[in-house]
Amino acid sequence: MFEYCADPASLAGFKWLSCYLTTGKHMGLYWAVGTVLLLLTITAPAALLFGFGGAAAARSHFRPLRWFGKGYIAIVRGVPDIAFFLFFVIALDQGFEWIRHQIKCSDWDQPIRQGNDFIVCAAAKLPLSSSPQVFHEIYGFFLAVLTFALVFGAFAANVLYGAMRAVPHAQIETAEAYGMSHRQAFWRIMVPQMWVYALPGLSNLWMVLIKATPLLFLLGVEDIVYWARELGGTKTPQFTDYPHGDWRVWYFLALLVFYLAFTQVSEVVLAKISRRLSHGQATLAGEKQRKGPRGRGKAAA
Amino acid sequence: MSCWDTIADYALRSQGIGERLLPRTDFTLCQQFTLIGSGMIWNIYFGFLALVSGFVLATGVAVAKAHHQVWLRKPAEWFIFIFRGSPLFIQFFFAYFLFQSLKSGYPFFGAFTSAWLGALLVLFLNTAAYSAEIFYGALMSVPKGDVEAADAYGMSGWPRFRRVIWPTMLRLAWPAYTNEAIFLFHATTLVFFSGFPASQQRGDALYYASYFADKTFNPFIPYPILAFYFILLTLSIIGLFGMVNRKLNHHLPKDRRAKIRLRVNLIR
Repeated sequence: MFEYCADPASLAGFKWLSCYLTTGKHMGLYWAVGTVLLLLTITAPAALLFGFGGAAAARSHFRPLRWFGKGYIAIVRGVPDIAFFLFFVIALDQGFEWIRHQIKCSDWDQPIRQGNDFIVCAAAKLPLSSSPQVFHEIYGFFLAVLTFALVFGAFAANVLYGAMRAVPHAQIETAEAYGMSHRQAFWRIMVPQMWVYALPGLSNLWMVLIKATPLLFLLGVEDIVYWARELGGTKTPQFTDYPHGDWRVWYFLALLVFYLAFTQVSEVVLAKISRRLSHGQATLAGEKQRKGPRGRGKAAA
Repeated sequence: MSCWDTIADYALRSQGIGERLLPRTDFTLCQQFTLIGSGMIWNIYFGFLALVSGFVLATGVAVAKAHHQVWLRKPAEWFIFIFRGSPLFIQFFFAYFLFQSLKSGYPFFGAFTSAWLGALLVLFLNTAAYSAEIFYGALMSVPKGDVEAADAYGMSGWPRFRRVIWPTMLRLAWPAYTNEAIFLFHATTLVFFSGFPASQQRGDALYYASYFADKTFNPFIPYPILAFYFILLTLSIIGLFGMVNRKLNHHLPKDRRAKIRLRVNLIR
């Protein structure tokens, strides 16, 4: 990275460290941090969308849809979530390949499950065995995102379902008295008001989501846990210019600090958002803001 | 081979008793049920011991956090912050490698690198931090009148805590603590995926479930079996904690009793 890094053996102290931390493999680690952030930025809105759909379905008047929504919410309770992660990654992969198999190779006459194998025709493989490595990685990441969104969507659905029920019923009745249809009352009255009730649950969910990102490692994505294990392991002079002993404990300490900082920053930001959303709402927090600094002083005490 | 033979061979496989080789081909449903159930022994072991020991520490930490003296309060706050602010998965990894590097200097730490002690220690500290936060919240909402009544009866210090504050705190915290217990049991499935080795393939339920899923490439059988076991476990926890909850609430009129409701607070 730097010019003075040409001969690592001659370096010492801080200079050595600056060279060590900028090797190509460490760049992989920093990329992995980017992967985690990317996962969060894609998963959070996707999960919110799934959650909204699930919550709306659970409130539906159409019975099968309501059962589907309630089932989706209920399924995440009682079962460990990593079981879902491990399950969905394989199940989704096989599901996609099966659908492509049905479309592309309709003349295939052998069964797909042969003993312990799952066999689809070559054209249905995802990604195609001929495609470059990048596509395999992107596909793996895509499956991980979809899995996260599915699991966290169910949690979000649970939160949003509760929030929708928390909106005072009189609000909806008033809307209907003004001649709004069900749909209008839902979109114009309930949805804008539910967020303040949903926020504590969603904040909690965001924290949980941050803390779930290391599970990417289990899904076969080269994430920060992978790199921390890789980089921290004992290195001999034969293979690297920067030999060192087993440093994995330091790498995981760094990850621990990274996550602590991340959750702490999130907490501060979420508290700000919560204050903003409570503004002008008919809740205790909103009332406190309306009453001015005295009320706020009380809140801080 | 009948199902009873399979049970005899594999029911205690996770403890290293019985048939040494895991099934390799022609997996039967019976084998999957037996082995995954055998793995549940570890989940119950970790969950139960961490819960019981964590309960004691959590009470102490909650009281320390509510204490007016800074030197008691600050360490408690930091303890809770560190264990609640970081992923359990990373805590496992960190602890494992920490014990491993300590082992080379002090042989005493050798036992901590195996799951039965090392992972138990992490789970114990983790659940203590989460429960301490719950207990602290409950401690803060103990009705002022209860404490004043205790004062009026001339109680103070330890007797007041033991006979008035602590039972009320437990009563208020119990529904949230039930959820904590459930999710602690769920978190035990992380142990064998986080550095701690499953020596001689003695793993927990998820370890065997993923073993079968890897071997058969069919996730639709082992994971639902795992789910079945965990739903059973969850229901029994709810039943047990519900009994305690009734005991804690039995002096109250019916309409003021707290109900246990399952709330979402997953993954650490």
